[in-house]
Amino acid sequence: MALNITGRKLFVKALKEEGVDTIFAYPGGMITDIVDELYKTEGIRVVLGRHEQALVHEAEGYARATGKTAVVLVTSGPGATNTITGIADAYYDSIPMVIFTGQVPLHLIGNDAFQEVDIVGMTRSITKYGVTIRERDDMGKIIKMGFQIAGTGKPGPVLIDIPKDIQTAAGDPEYPSHVDIRGYHPNETVHIGQLKKAYKLFKSAKKPLILAGGGVRIAKAEKKLLEFATKMQVPVTTTIMGKGVMPVDSPLYIGNCGMHGRYAANKAITECDVLFSIGTRFNDRITGELDRFAPKAQIIHVDIASASISRNVVVDVPVTADALIALERLADYAEPMNTDKWLGQIANWESEHPLAMPCSKNGVCPQNICENINDLFPNANIVTDVGQHQMWATQFIDIHKGQQMITSGGLGTMGFGFPAAIGAAIGDGKKPVVLITGDGGFQMNMQEMATAMSLKLPIIICIFNNSNLGMVRQMQQLFYGKRYEITDLKAEDGSYYPDFIKWAAGYDVKAVRVTDNSDIKAALEMAKSNTEGPTVIEFMVSPDDLVLPMVKSGTALSEMILK
Amino acid sequence: MNKMKNRWIALYVENQVGVLAKVSGLFSAKSYNLQSLTVGKTERDDVSRMTISVMADDVTFEQIKKQLNAMIEVIKVIDLTTLPVHMKELLYAKVCNVDAAGKEEVFQIAQVFNQGGNVTVADIGADSVLLQCTLTSRRNNELVDLLKSRFKKIEVVRGGAVAIESISTSCR
Repeated sequence: MALNITGRKLFVKALKEEGVDTIFAYPGGMITDIVDELYKTEGIRVVLGRHEQALVHEAEGYARATGKTAVVLVTSGPGATNTITGIADAYYDSIPMVIFTGQVPLHLIGNDAFQEVDIVGMTRSITKYGVTIRERDDMGKIIKMGFQIAGTGKPGPVLIDIPKDIQTAAGDPEYPSHVDIRGYHPNETVHIGQLKKAYKLFKSAKKPLILAGGGVRIAKAEKKLLEFATKMQVPVTTTIMGKGVMPVDSPLYIGNCGMHGRYAANKAITECDVLFSIGTRFNDRITGELDRFAPKAQIIHVDIASASISRNVVVDVPVTADALIALERLADYAEPMNTDKWLGQIANWESEHPLAMPCSKNGVCPQNICENINDLFPNANIVTDVGQHQMWATQFIDIHKGQQMITSGGLGTMGFGFPAAIGAAIGDGKKPVVLITGDGGFQMNMQEMATAMSLKLPIIICIFNNSNLGMVRQMQQLFYGKRYEITDLKAEDGSYYPDFIKWAAGYDVKAVRVTDNSDIKAALEMAKSNTEGPTVIEFMVSPDDLVLPMVKSGTALSEMILK
Repeated sequence: MNKMKNRWIALYVENQVGVLAKVSGLFSAKSYNLQSLTVGKTERDDVSRMTISVMADDVTFEQIKKQLNAMIEVIKVIDLTTLPVHMKELLYAKVCNVDAAGKEEVFQIAQVFNQGGNVTVADIGADSVLLQCTLTSRRNNELVDLLKSRFKKIEVVRGGAVAIESISTSCR
């Protein structure tokens, strides 16, 4: 038998065997041993963030850009609690991630010791799996389980809590190559009968429509989706998380649907007779009022998680399967359908109400910014924060093959964008990273500029500054009699803080303010040429620009506010 | 048919720290209407079995089963609602401040409910009687209702039902 090794040594061994080349870490008292072990380790890049919440978002961006399971290491207590928002975000967007938290020594657990919290208990409802290691000899098995669970099936965050004395205790040196988990059987097949039934129904449609969500990307099934849709000549609409799974240059792609979806896409959902949904959980932002969602359609639902099926929308043909496996099979069956009339109808809707912003005169036009980004960065990873700018990005940014949009869809976490952009730049340095963010959300994690500048990451940071929390302001404007309570970020005397240009100077970061549409292109070109580090472009946008169309929360997709 | 009714699930789970919290947490987090939950070790030290009763409509109940199935710590979910099962719940009922005639009435009630020794007098004092019952939850409800209607002061403690599939259905 091989000699026993310490927990800290096994920790590093586990990461190596999992092929982890990057971890996102912030030190603290209960992980000093592991941190010390990392000092002695070659081949694992340790990214030091400036706040643990941001650290998790960085890991999310990394996971999204690389498709790998991201690893986070933080200390106990506040280090652990700070990760919670990030973990919830990863959970709702199905991001594969293993979060290691330090914990007080076993004998102190439950004593309200210094920096002790029950982080496993606190995150129980937002992790796929969470556990405290209580026996040193279980450590290898538990870490292996963590990676298996995080990265397979419907991916998600796994939290592993490691008491300090486990890190230093000697024990089993083995890291298993596989662990049998009797309560976990991710779906790796598809019921052929069910799939044939789905295909038959779909084939019988006069007005077929495909609704594709983020699950298609997770399954790496974009190519198969395009193939299937093209072969059958069926239009495709996407969710926010599904944005980009259908390339924008396909004539069958009709844009996003949902609360701020395209008019034609929401009309198509309302009028279609068979809706083929894949990799979406029918979030309320997608469906609007449930009773009037796709009222004329029979619904097929392909999802890897059977718990997602018939949860929000009752479906006619459920298929529990990985999107890639299902689409590979379906591509075999696919035969062209005559959808000319239906496609013509959708094109008519699009020309009735094309997506276009009536931009106000007193600011830079968000649509115009997005179009310039499209022209200059056709291969970039586009990252957004949460708010109006995010919805404009989902409406106006073109995502081509090989590109993706990284956004916080499920939780809608302000502060997500900047750290996620950092993670994406770390994970995929070959593609430019363009961050589209708002002045509100950006301020929630702007301390990460130190991380970005230290690593000289050439992120193009586009701050849409309307000096307001625009998404809520828009609701106040439309539904609350223009009573703009706590959405105006300006001081009473009209001054605005911070001055982002001066602020950037404190980090030696290049920054430029754009107040006129004619300067958008030059600013983006300047940013593109700066490969030495991040560039800030502050676009002065009017607070009166709205995200339209809009389906008011709780109403039907067919009841869009168009102007 | 989508009406609310009482349903039963048996759950095999890992016998580990936090599993009970995770299962019960699901019910509170998703606003499922949990009626009773019992848990104990099975013939295997590392496996516990829960017997859970929920009030739910068909759609919600399907979702509950799927959500439970999705949990890593849940090994198996069995819907007991439509299976022939043996199901009992332990109940103690203390009837206090009763005179001799009252005691006599408690004995009579016990006799009526008793089948093969599943309602017994576990303890007795000068002015009180303690009944020990191993009945179905429904029968226990009826007993409690009756005692409440007849006596001013009673104390009841219940263990929640445990259930197992009948021999005709399975022998693992």
